[in-house]
Amino acid sequence: MKSRVSILIVMLVVFGAMTLSAQQPGSSTPPDGFVPVNAAPQVDQLPAAPMVIAAYAFVWVALVVYVWFLWRRLAKVERELADLNRRIQTR
Amino acid sequence: MNDFLRVAWIVMRKDLTVEMRSREILYTTVFFAVSCVLVFAFALVREGQPMEDAAAGILWIAIAFSGTLALGRTFERERHTETLRALMLAPSDRPAIYVGKLLGMLALMAVVEIVLVPLVGLLFHAPFQASPFWLVVLILAGTLGFASVGTIFAAMLVRARSRDVLLPVLLYPITIPVIIAGVRGTTALLQSTPDEPMARFWAALLVFFDVVFVTLSLWTFEPLMTE
Amino acid sequence: MSKAFTPVAFIVLALFALAPAVVAWAPFEQTMGLVQKIFYYHVPSAMLMFISAFVCGIASAVYLFKRSAAADRLALAAGELVVLFGLIVMVTGPLWGRKAWGVWWQWDAKLTSALLLWMIFIAYLMVRRFGGPGSEKLGGAMAVFGMANVPFVYVSSMYWRTLHPAPTVVPTLQPGMRGAFYFCVTAFVGLYVLLLTVRRRIGEHEAEVERLHLALED
Repeated sequence: MKSRVSILIVMLVVFGAMTLSAQQPGSSTPPDGFVPVNAAPQVDQLPAAPMVIAAYAFVWVALVVYVWFLWRRLAKVERELADLNRRIQTR
Repeated sequence: MNDFLRVAWIVMRKDLTVEMRSREILYTTVFFAVSCVLVFAFALVREGQPMEDAAAGILWIAIAFSGTLALGRTFERERHTETLRALMLAPSDRPAIYVGKLLGMLALMAVVEIVLVPLVGLLFHAPFQASPFWLVVLILAGTLGFASVGTIFAAMLVRARSRDVLLPVLLYPITIPVIIAGVRGTTALLQSTPDEPMARFWAALLVFFDVVFVTLSLWTFEPLMTE
Repeated sequence: MSKAFTPVAFIVLALFALAPAVVAWAPFEQTMGLVQKIFYYHVPSAMLMFISAFVCGIASAVYLFKRSAAADRLALAAGELVVLFGLIVMVTGPLWGRKAWGVWWQWDAKLTSALLLWMIFIAYLMVRRFGGPGSEKLGGAMAVFGMANVPFVYVSSMYWRTLHPAPTVVPTLQPGMRGAFYFCVTAFVGLYVLLLTVRRRIGEHEAEVERLHLALED
């Protein structure tokens, strides 16, 4: 439980830092729908790959951490339950 | 219906009588609101010139902060003397009790706002007198929205642990629309030519918020307060 | 847990294992290029965040009026998942926005309402965790009020400039993108159902443990 809270805090700090470092909006117009092309455009001022990789890595890490946390908690509560059942039967 | 209003009236009168005897919450809340505005004045007024468009935001922040303080104190008093439980045991409509507490809260916040508005106007050169009607509508509707949600959460928190921390934690995310609408509407009124259609839009949104959240509070007060 | 759990778990695992490949094969987008691929994880997470908020709000209302402990456990499980998927949305969104719009964050209607909804449910979890006795009801009220709050935030932040692509972009997706998108939606929905089931199961077990403790004390 504590670890979950600390993870949450770290995420909040990271996210807060990102929001704080936000700059004024650029002059780009919003796109109306997505238009597919066959190759990635070459003239990208900002490298997109690190963003995509970071985003996907984050999704995976977040999901794995949550599943791991659920799994541990389930194991713990099932152990407790078995223990209690045994104690009730031996009484 | 008559009975409902009578109970609400009695609860409100009771709250105000208790308050008038000590004036504890009134004095502390007004003082807090004033010092809050002063803190902003020190932070945001440079060389006699206040930051542009800051007045509306500061007014609403001060209302929200002092409102939270007043809510916490009002219900702390009820908790201390166990009177909320006694109230809930009374053979009357539970929602009527909610309405009574809400009215008492509104009266208290109105007094605070009467002090706040001129003070903010003075310190931040805000022409609040430009269109008084829409200003009053915005503040009334905003205060009702804030207090309607605040009263039900403060009432529920009476039984909870760490209630002092939890009240702002619960209240601020829910009342963000009130703050947005209040600030935007008031800012529109403070333009060199008051933008009244804009203020009307935000006032309408606030009234709509009030209707939804007062209804929701009346509807959930009974199941929430029954142990 | 029902018999379907294990097979469903395997299917979802397979879907998730294949998802990166499917996303990689999907065509690039004309103006945004590679970074638009964040879309395939960002949008399903956002959908589940909102769906989960409604599940939590409705389950909380049922709990408040019907006093059903099962509804309360469902609400808690759904509330936790709102925060999880919200976290994914809040991290992948700025990464996409930084590249596509040039800013990390924008006070746009969708961003603001998503952030508010996320914050409301973080507050919900805090109440459930730190509220002590009676926090179920408090949390229930928070969920119901929070759900009612979303339209207001949305309308009030509409008056800011909107940069975010409208949800109507989804039905207009080109075939190559549409397949990959629905593939990811399926994977995420499957995962959501699994996580919800496990989390509810934990809640049930904990209630049972508490009951047995009380029984032992007698």
